[in-house]
Amino acid sequence: MRPLTDDETKVLFEKLAKYIARNIIHLIDRPDEPYCFRLQKDRVYYVSESNMRRATAIGRKNLVSLGICFGKFTKTGKFRLHITALQYLAQYAKYKVWIKPNGEMPFLYGNHVVKAHIGRVTEDIPEHQGVVIYNMADVPLGFGVSARSTVDMRKVDPTGIAVFHQADNGEYLREEDALF
Amino acid sequence: MGRRAKNKQDVPLPFELENKIEGKVTKKLNDRLKHEAIRAHKQREAALKQNKDSRRMQPPASPKDNERKRKRNTAPKPNKKITKPKVESEDEEEEDTPAAATILDEDAPVDGWDNAPIVSDSDGGIDSDSELESDEEAESADDNNADSSEEEFASAEDGSAAEAEIASVNEDSESDVSGSDSGSESETVTQKPLSLLSDESDEAESDDGIESYDEFDTDAEEDDDEAVTFRDMEKRSRKIDARRQMEAEMAELELETGEAVVEGERELFELPSEEQVELEKEAPLDLSQVQLRIQEIIRVLGNFAELRDETKSRNQYMSQLKRDMCYYYGYNEFLMDKLMDLFAVGEAIEFFEANEVARPVTIRTNTLKARRRDLAQSLINRGVNLDPIGKWTKVGLTIFDSQVPIGATPEYMAGHYMIQAASSFLPVVALAPQENEKVLDMSAAPGGKTTYCAALMKNTGMVVANDANREREKALVANVHRLGASNVVVCNYDGREFPKVMGGFDRVLLDAPCSGTGVISKDASVKVNKGPEDFIMLTRLQKELILSAIDSVNADSGTGGYIVYSTCSVTVDEDEAVVNYALRKRPNIKLVDTGLDFGRPGFTSFRGHSFHSSLALTRRFYPHTHNMDGFFVAKFQKLSNKVQVSEEQVVIPTGSGATTKQRKKKKGSHH
Repeated sequence: MRPLTDDETKVLFEKLAKYIARNIIHLIDRPDEPYCFRLQKDRVYYVSESNMRRATAIGRKNLVSLGICFGKFTKTGKFRLHITALQYLAQYAKYKVWIKPNGEMPFLYGNHVVKAHIGRVTEDIPEHQGVVIYNMADVPLGFGVSARSTVDMRKVDPTGIAVFHQADNGEYLREEDALF
Repeated sequence: MGRRAKNKQDVPLPFELENKIEGKVTKKLNDRLKHEAIRAHKQREAALKQNKDSRRMQPPASPKDNERKRKRNTAPKPNKKITKPKVESEDEEEEDTPAAATILDEDAPVDGWDNAPIVSDSDGGIDSDSELESDEEAESADDNNADSSEEEFASAEDGSAAEAEIASVNEDSESDVSGSDSGSESETVTQKPLSLLSDESDEAESDDGIESYDEFDTDAEEDDDEAVTFRDMEKRSRKIDARRQMEAEMAELELETGEAVVEGERELFELPSEEQVELEKEAPLDLSQVQLRIQEIIRVLGNFAELRDETKSRNQYMSQLKRDMCYYYGYNEFLMDKLMDLFAVGEAIEFFEANEVARPVTIRTNTLKARRRDLAQSLINRGVNLDPIGKWTKVGLTIFDSQVPIGATPEYMAGHYMIQAASSFLPVVALAPQENEKVLDMSAAPGGKTTYCAALMKNTGMVVANDANREREKALVANVHRLGASNVVVCNYDGREFPKVMGGFDRVLLDAPCSGTGVISKDASVKVNKGPEDFIMLTRLQKELILSAIDSVNADSGTGGYIVYSTCSVTVDEDEAVVNYALRKRPNIKLVDTGLDFGRPGFTSFRGHSFHSSLALTRRFYPHTHNMDGFFVAKFQKLSNKVQVSEEQVVIPTGSGATTKQRKKKKGSHH
């Protein structure tokens, strides 16, 4: 377990900014207690500082996870967000897409979101921006990248892809081994 | 002989006779039956003394026959009369008559061949095979002891049903109805070898069940038709509760009356001889026959003084019972011994029977992400039929049936609930972690209890989830993340290393690795693959772990200083014995109330071992009484940190854990 280097922090924050924009500041500056990002075996964990300090007693080999895992650095130095980060992304998301009940399961099985399944959408999503997907009951299901801007979405035919799939809750079942 | 008897029995009774005997008969009849049973018993003893072999050849005693005939006329009547006055159908009569008639046979010398055919008759069509068999064998005069005794069991079983009938006559009209059914019921019972619990009392119980369901049927249907709302659900659950209570009451009633009559008026039951036992080893009996024998032995044990065979000791009965139960339920003998020690014989059967039935699926609402009411509503909308588990938990729901896989709904994936056995709520409820505490879960995978702790602490403080198994930790981490428990740190140590890795916890939860005798319904392999060496290994590990857990706690903690020890095993070696060991080794702890208002108190003495008197504060849970997995929960409070140091100096050189601890430490530093 170690703090992120400057480069790593930059890569991570750039990625996060796509989803929550300036709200990153809320992740660092929390009213309750200070939180921090820590790297442990490629994975980036988001954990309260007090817990982080206590966890230093645990050996590196034996520490499996602390706090919430945001994602991992790939071998090429890019950062991949994992579905486990969803609770924070959903909390601070800038662009949101709500999908109808008939679109829930297709998305949770790893498919892109087609236009026909969209129930509601934030007004001003630009193209290729990170969006968080909710169902109509406001339960976050996953996140993705907008295939088109909100304006263009209107014009697409119902089967056209509106949001590219990146991660969904179904991965807890499908990829349990790969995720952790 | 058999044919003749059958014909006789089938003749319907003259109507006037029925009238004559109606009403007050029962008491008289009862007395007479009892009297005759005793007489038969005496005669039989005498006969035994004279010549043991004579039993095979014994001709039917003519005075007995007369008696039998006379009673055949009387016995079946009362209940028939009372229950269904005139609309009695021919079939029922036929069913009732033979069943009742067998009582009388039992008064006759028990073991003669003349008995067998009648018995098989009374079994009706179902046992027609055995009837044929017995006829053939009678012809060939090749008597097989085993067979004859089997037949007797059959007869006794039917007889018991008939007795229940007589008993019911004493009761008011309602129980009469159920009692009269039991005659025909007994036949269905013989057909279903796997429901062993259906001896006379339970038979009656099942009848009641059917009745009361009929009563409620209309309601239930209405409920189904209506749109099911959460409020409606509560109403329904209340209704179900009321129904259950009623059933329980009825069952009790039946039990009492049943027992009252069963005493002493039945044919003596014969234990199989040693040769038979040997024979059975090579060619095992039919399951239903073994079941009948188990029931018989239990009956004898229930009233040993009167029903026993004088030549056989209680131990012989017990060992035969164990052999049969091992065979019937598929346990190994070691485990059977362990489990039989825990219960009275009747309860043991209930326990084993409960292990054959799966517990209901239960889920725990993740209060970090959802409320139970909302969750229940959205699951109902998906076609899930559910109810709250009980009053003792505000987060649990029982799933009755579901049109969707309950482990793959969007709500599940979003972490709104966790599939978790009701029993594994208990240790966390007992632990009662507070906000901002530092809690250790020593063997955490797959994370049900860990995340429950985190939820109770509202994601504040810290939960250290440890597990020794890497593979299982994956599921643990996945669940922690899915449920959004951000205050959890997961690590991978042997639990015994713990006070060295990290100490000073406010509370420690030790759900120790165990033999799993409480969760046989989930994993039946326990029945055969747990032997003495497993128990030695496990109890040793548990003792080491519990000391580690105690030493990891900070007694000076403002809010805590508690340790909860739990296992999903019901054996005393893994439960009370371990707790008692901890109390002995660590004088700075005491047992405190678990905060669970149900469950049975732990044993304070068991098979000559006496434990600390405070062990009554621990709680045991059984599948057959609480409809959850077998479980054990003990809660300690640590009083001071000081004693531990001096105590440890004593423990380390002598205790078995010491060497392992040292070794592990070396290994750990080696990494």
